Amino acid sequence: MRKLSSDRMSELFERLDSLCPLYLPGEKDGAVSFVRYEQGVDYAVGALNTVRSAKDFFFPQVENIAAFRMTGKKIEILENQNGNEPFVVFGVRACDAASFSLLDQVFLSEPVDPYYRDRREAGTVITVACGEPDTSCFCTAFGIDPAEPKGDISVWLTDGFLYWQPRTDKGENLTENLTDILEECDGGEIKSYQDTIKTIANQLPLANLNLSYWENTDEKEIFASPVWDEIYKGCLGCGLCTFVCPTCQCYDVRDFDCGETVRKFRCWDSCMYSDFTRMAHGNPRKTQKERFRQRFMHKLKYFPENNGGLVSCVGCGRCVRSCPQGLNIVKTARRVSDD
Amino acid sequence: MTETLIPMIGVITDIRLDTPDVKTFRVVGRDGKKCFSHLPGQCAMLSVPGIGEAMFSITSSPTNKDYMEFSIKKCGCLTDWLHAMEVGQEILIRGPYGNHFPVESELKQKNLLFIAGGIGLAPLRSVINYCRDNRNDYGVLDIVYGSRSKDDLVDYREILEEWTADERTRVHLTIDRPQDGWDGHVGFVPDFVRELAFDTDKTVLLCGPPIMIKFTLQKLLEMGFAKTQIYTTMELRMKCGVGKCGRCNIGSKYVCKDGPVFRFDELDELPDEY
Repeated sequence: MRKLSSDRMSELFERLDSLCPLYLPGEKDGAVSFVRYEQGVDYAVGALNTVRSAKDFFFPQVENIAAFRMTGKKIEILENQNGNEPFVVFGVRACDAASFSLLDQVFLSEPVDPYYRDRREAGTVITVACGEPDTSCFCTAFGIDPAEPKGDISVWLTDGFLYWQPRTDKGENLTENLTDILEECDGGEIKSYQDTIKTIANQLPLANLNLSYWENTDEKEIFASPVWDEIYKGCLGCGLCTFVCPTCQCYDVRDFDCGETVRKFRCWDSCMYSDFTRMAHGNPRKTQKERFRQRFMHKLKYFPENNGGLVSCVGCGRCVRSCPQGLNIVKTARRVSDD
Repeated sequence: MTETLIPMIGVITDIRLDTPDVKTFRVVGRDGKKCFSHLPGQCAMLSVPGIGEAMFSITSSPTNKDYMEFSIKKCGCLTDWLHAMEVGQEILIRGPYGNHFPVESELKQKNLLFIAGGIGLAPLRSVINYCRDNRNDYGVLDIVYGSRSKDDLVDYREILEEWTADERTRVHLTIDRPQDGWDGHVGFVPDFVRELAFDTDKTVLLCGPPIMIKFTLQKLLEMGFAKTQIYTTMELRMKCGVGKCGRCNIGSKYVCKDGPVFRFDELDELPDEY
């Protein structure tokens, strides 16, 4: 483990950005999001979480995948250049770091998604432990430890010091370039800080979410639960939950006619939208009930069935904080299991 | 397959008007060869830049090594465009996607009963012609095929001239309503299947509109067929074809990857949402 005096943080960011582009949480118009580092700007590294998740770094909201030119009956496929320069993202929380492993299950399973894989290889993730978890947080329900975040490098921001622990080869390599400003130290120094985080995390109101009903009940039985007929009614179908969710990965592939060429792009999509499954001959998910049910069945039942029991939620609390109707995964999971 | 979403260029070399709203398109690569090999029941993504992309079952048999054929009904944006194409047009194609009918395992040496309604013949035609081209590997082939009218029967000429030429292949055609010049059976497919009183030793391959599938399945079960004897092929909206874009699932199964071919006992395990 290494450490750095807190008043030298900007020096660290300056150095990181000189190695490769650095992104970190910054506040703009009252909202915190990941921004490109710029000298002399104050960053919100202490802010609990960005409004949007960190999935954009590997699975951006929109990305071009090809372009075509049509001339008469002929089609030309134009090469698409997706630059994948190395980058560093600082300030990812334990929940978002865990979401990357879930996205890996989807995009790195055969056939591997090359766009995601290239970005994943290019990015180095520096996580930050959560000194002050929010009441809407419930990552511990999924075995995530906010005091011990994963990633290529973990960081703890205590009063007075930044503690730095590389975890992967990528993290070690980056650290080697910083040995002159990061001094070696004893890992024991952060013990009490971690204990405080754990004490808070265990008392959070949503952290006791119990998913044993979901684990042990047949998917057809949960699907047929009469609770779905009631619980979806507040849902506006706005898709905000899927937008801010770090594990939502459904996408659309579309064309955009640029005049000279046609660009094929991939963008986020949402199972909450009515046209998500609509076909020429009809729609298997006709009402918001079916769409609402799909989202939670996927996260809590279908995804675990296909991925060795892993639940597709990391307890970041974004849907709890964002849903204009106060619906969220915790409320839904509990209502359906009558907990 | 590294660039899963990137298509290749296909050239339309023949267009056949099958019915007032179904055309069969022949596709090869720019080099004049078949774009890729496939198995009966598998699908391909066809697209036209700026118009759209959709999944279609490959109608031709894998035994055809020269080209692929797609029988496509005009029913939306992309299919309207495809129907307006002329020979020589280039389109985009990627695949093959999904599983296939178990022609080399469960179906081998079996008496097969194909039941198709309307454009539902498209995916079954691939299997029928595969069996015809490997005739000794399969028993008697019964083909029940129905459509709205005589003019809506897809591949009518091939059915009459080629399929019926084989002694051990029996074709049973029906149309929904009486029509001048039609002396064959009149009535809906489910009732026709019941009337034909097939032996229950057959393995069934069923494809058609959802309502036809539902009632035919019911009749087959009444006749004594088990769900483990009946296969169907599904269609849901798809974008990627590889189980990642997240929209074609029925419960935990993705139709593009785990399907499109399912046995009815397998579908029984899944939520009823298709």
